[in-house]
Amino acid sequence: MAGFESPAVDWWVLSPQIVLVGAVLGLLLASSLVPRALPGWVSTWTSVATGAAVVVMEVIQWNSEGPIARPTLAGAFVSDGFSLLLTMLIGAGVIMTALVAHSALDRYGMTPPEFSALLLASAAGAVVMAGANDLIVLFLGLESLSIALYVLIALAGRRATARESAMKYFVLGAFSSAFFLYGIALVYGSTGGTNLSHIGEFLRDHVLLDEHLLLVGIALLLVGLGFKVAAVPFHFWAPDVYQGAPSPVTGYLASIAKAAGFAALARVLFVAFGAHRVAWAPILVGLAFASLAVGAVMAITQTDVKRMLAFSSVSHAGFVLVGLSAAGGAEAPQALASVSNEAVASAVFYLVTYSFMALGSFAVLSVMASDGGPSPDTVEQHPLSRYGGLARRRPVLALAFAVLLLAQAGVPLTSGFIAKFEVIRAAVGGEGYVLAAVAMVTAVVGAFAYLRVVLVMYAPDSDVDEAPVRARANRPRWGGLPRTSVLAVAVAVAVTVVVGVLPQRLIEWSAEAVFALVP
Amino acid sequence: MSGAALLAAADTAAGGFPLLNALIFVPAVGAAVVALLPRSRPDLARPLGTLFAAIGGALSLSLAWQFDTANADFQFESIVSWIPALGISWHVGVDGISLWLVVLTSLVVPLVLAGVDPHHDPKPYPAWMLLLQAGSIGAFVALDLFVFFVMFEVVLVPMYLLIAGWGHEGRRYAAMKFFLYTMSGSALLLVAIVATAVLGSPDSGITFDLVTLATTQGLARNTARLCFVAFAIAFLVKVPVVPFHTWLPDAHTEAPTAASVVLAAVMLKLGTYGLLRFGLYLFPEASDWAAPVLVTVGVVGVIWGAITAAMQRDLKRLVAYSSVAHMGFIVLGIFAFTTQAVGGGVIQMVNHGISTGALFLLVGMLYERRHTRQIDELAGIQSAAPVYAGVFTVMMLSSIGVPGLNGFVGEFLILIGSFETRRWWTIIAATGVILAALYLLWAYQRVFHGPPAAADRTTPDLRRGELATLAPFVVAAVALGVYPKPLLDAVEPAADKLLAHFSEHSGFELVDPGAPVVVRDSGDSSGEHSDAEPSEGEHNDPGHGEDGH
Repeated sequence: MAGFESPAVDWWVLSPQIVLVGAVLGLLLASSLVPRALPGWVSTWTSVATGAAVVVMEVIQWNSEGPIARPTLAGAFVSDGFSLLLTMLIGAGVIMTALVAHSALDRYGMTPPEFSALLLASAAGAVVMAGANDLIVLFLGLESLSIALYVLIALAGRRATARESAMKYFVLGAFSSAFFLYGIALVYGSTGGTNLSHIGEFLRDHVLLDEHLLLVGIALLLVGLGFKVAAVPFHFWAPDVYQGAPSPVTGYLASIAKAAGFAALARVLFVAFGAHRVAWAPILVGLAFASLAVGAVMAITQTDVKRMLAFSSVSHAGFVLVGLSAAGGAEAPQALASVSNEAVASAVFYLVTYSFMALGSFAVLSVMASDGGPSPDTVEQHPLSRYGGLARRRPVLALAFAVLLLAQAGVPLTSGFIAKFEVIRAAVGGEGYVLAAVAMVTAVVGAFAYLRVVLVMYAPDSDVDEAPVRARANRPRWGGLPRTSVLAVAVAVAVTVVVGVLPQRLIEWSAEAVFALVP
Repeated sequence: MSGAALLAAADTAAGGFPLLNALIFVPAVGAAVVALLPRSRPDLARPLGTLFAAIGGALSLSLAWQFDTANADFQFESIVSWIPALGISWHVGVDGISLWLVVLTSLVVPLVLAGVDPHHDPKPYPAWMLLLQAGSIGAFVALDLFVFFVMFEVVLVPMYLLIAGWGHEGRRYAAMKFFLYTMSGSALLLVAIVATAVLGSPDSGITFDLVTLATTQGLARNTARLCFVAFAIAFLVKVPVVPFHTWLPDAHTEAPTAASVVLAAVMLKLGTYGLLRFGLYLFPEASDWAAPVLVTVGVVGVIWGAITAAMQRDLKRLVAYSSVAHMGFIVLGIFAFTTQAVGGGVIQMVNHGISTGALFLLVGMLYERRHTRQIDELAGIQSAAPVYAGVFTVMMLSSIGVPGLNGFVGEFLILIGSFETRRWWTIIAATGVILAALYLLWAYQRVFHGPPAAADRTTPDLRRGELATLAPFVVAAVALGVYPKPLLDAVEPAADKLLAHFSEHSGFELVDPGAPVVVRDSGDSSGEHSDAEPSEGEHNDPGHGEDGH
């Protein structure tokens, strides 16, 4: 025995990462060894199958072990209900993104195996973030996710906007990583560890004479993760990047990358710094206020649908933050655990439902692009006028988009309403009445932005000025639309409506998921 | 598990057929069926939609037939667990206050669907109308705060699309304004609903059940007042009262005829009904506290609406402003806290639906003929279209509140009932009746009398189909004006019971408006009083002094 004993490994816990990374390597090997170019469907179905495998493995673990915490790798990585649910979401996001991208890759000049490999690599990073119980591991996950995403966006480099977008995301992402690393260093300096559970125990058992180092560390970690989830004032990259990136990637950015960021945020704050709620809860409240207001107000000033959705995504991040901050805001110590559980569960519920809305919405944009624009150069632009009279040309697509938009506006019988309802309930339970009221008021402001799109889509012919758009009015309903993208839209709409009408199951799952997270 | 819960058989108190659920789901299913019709057969959409709406109408008549007027409790109740994690269940029930609104909704929608031609897009139009019917009925029978909010919000979407899709020139602005006004109101409503449930639930766990929350009264006084304010604002926007009313003239004027009718007849009632069911019933103490303001707001609405209506050049806008005035009366009646006034308010809701709904239909028909609604572009219609003018006269007189027609009953009851508790407000509001006569008769004189211009002379009279659409309104106006007893019989016990509940929890001393003030026995306790001189027929107070839950 040479003084070093490798820690026990629970391979079952690590299975999603192994499958994802295995698929990445397989795809890269196959595409370089096979003499001719791999057909596109091979990559797409590899991604879909991998995503499905991830979901299935997590479901099996959930059913066999339950949502209890099972740490492995000497506590550096943990599998609990929270990570299981988030990983399922990531798997579903991979499936949806692959389906949407399948028909869009040609348009962007991307090669399918590269796209799929990068998608799966970023998903592996996201899965690590969901379950990382150590700041260093978390950083590894964050970087795998981010670097893969930089390249994913830059792959569509034929367009100047995509190059600009990738560059912007890279530079600001690198900045945020640096903040995050510095935060890790400061937290390590004041607590002597990077393991989240150890930090949590240490801070519960000890009172630091000088907390400044720790507080600055927490603040820097918040800045780093705030960039990832695009919370105001760390959102400046989001509109440009979302608009410049290929639509399928934008959907992935808005849903899975954001969900992974929030997963890391929740775990760091509650597991490691649960004892310092008083310190970080006001920061979350401030971020929530700012994100809600800026996201909603900026969304209504946009004339480009994609950019509008980017700002609305900022405002949705605000809603998730309302849920998380409610967990930190409760004053009464006895009520703390149950209120926190409910509040984090509401944030998880919001993340899951919003992810499907975002994936679906950006899938619709992708379908619109493949439907051809007024001219070939403007296929990737989504001015509001382009959606004029869509209900006439593509009634089912318009209806699907309308459902997704109304869900984001929070209209009842869609998942968006239940999600807002849950978050508001958490805020009221945590006595954050003002935050709840502000959240709902900004929801109304934001609703204006979504409604404008719905209104334009359902405008009668006389209001549509673009002659070429009207000329193609008589094509068959689905003629020429990419089937896989349409399938993804259908799945997103189905989830949105079913969860909106029968939310009980997902509410239970979210509640179980956070059970092991909040001590 | 939740799916199984929903599929579980409805637990109906009346036993057997869940009539209320059918009233909601028949139109909802109809909307889906119409939406799924093949594109090649757009001609089927309206007849099929009318059929589904009419089935709802028939069911509502059977509901009214089976309704037990002696019973002041909720009837035809049905509770199915919906989201147990949040204490939310699908709880619906009907009492004397909601019964006639349900019947009105179920009858008005098939009538306008059958009678008004949308002109374009024949397929989505009936689907949205049916959704409107389902959502409105759902809001009227909901006994769970969550269910009510869902329905209250859901009706916005079809109405928004109806105005935006089939309206007149300024429809997009009007539709957006309508949606944003009502949605701003309900944003705070949602927070208040959640706060009411989270803070006011009994110890057994969180619930959104209206009856449980109203019986528990678990909120602290100031919290309850704050929540009430949020509820009241949401409802006052919907009613609407001055100064939240500016969406209404735009929405009404730009909406297609059928949507105008449903908006006036049904959707405005969501506001006043909400004030009764979720104001008075859920927050008795806060209602008493806020009553002076609300009564004032109502009276201001009466006068403001009437004066503004008189100034309008657009006939449809005039009718829209007359709605503001009439709805102000109802708000006054509700917060006068006497059986007559509250009952009169409920009856006025129904009667306003009949008379204003018919007036919107008539204005729509005139617009079809002349493509203008400007009063000064019309003259002497009477000589060209005598039948049309006759029907217009009847409905106008009903709107003014002439005795013998339905409008009189509600207004009279409100004024009698309010005089006792809100004397000066009532005196001011009574001038609104005179103003109503003024602006409507003046408009009538300008449009129907005088020498007709060339275009007016050739205005065709009512066709048979149009007459058939209007006939039920005329019959109802005359019948309920001459013999309002069926309405009153159902409303009074429910109003009595509501006020008994209100008085028990607010300490407000109920008065008997029939008794002269000076001889009132000062020893009366709050919960009971002698019914020495019931002013309306066989008025009795079965529910007084006990809550009866």
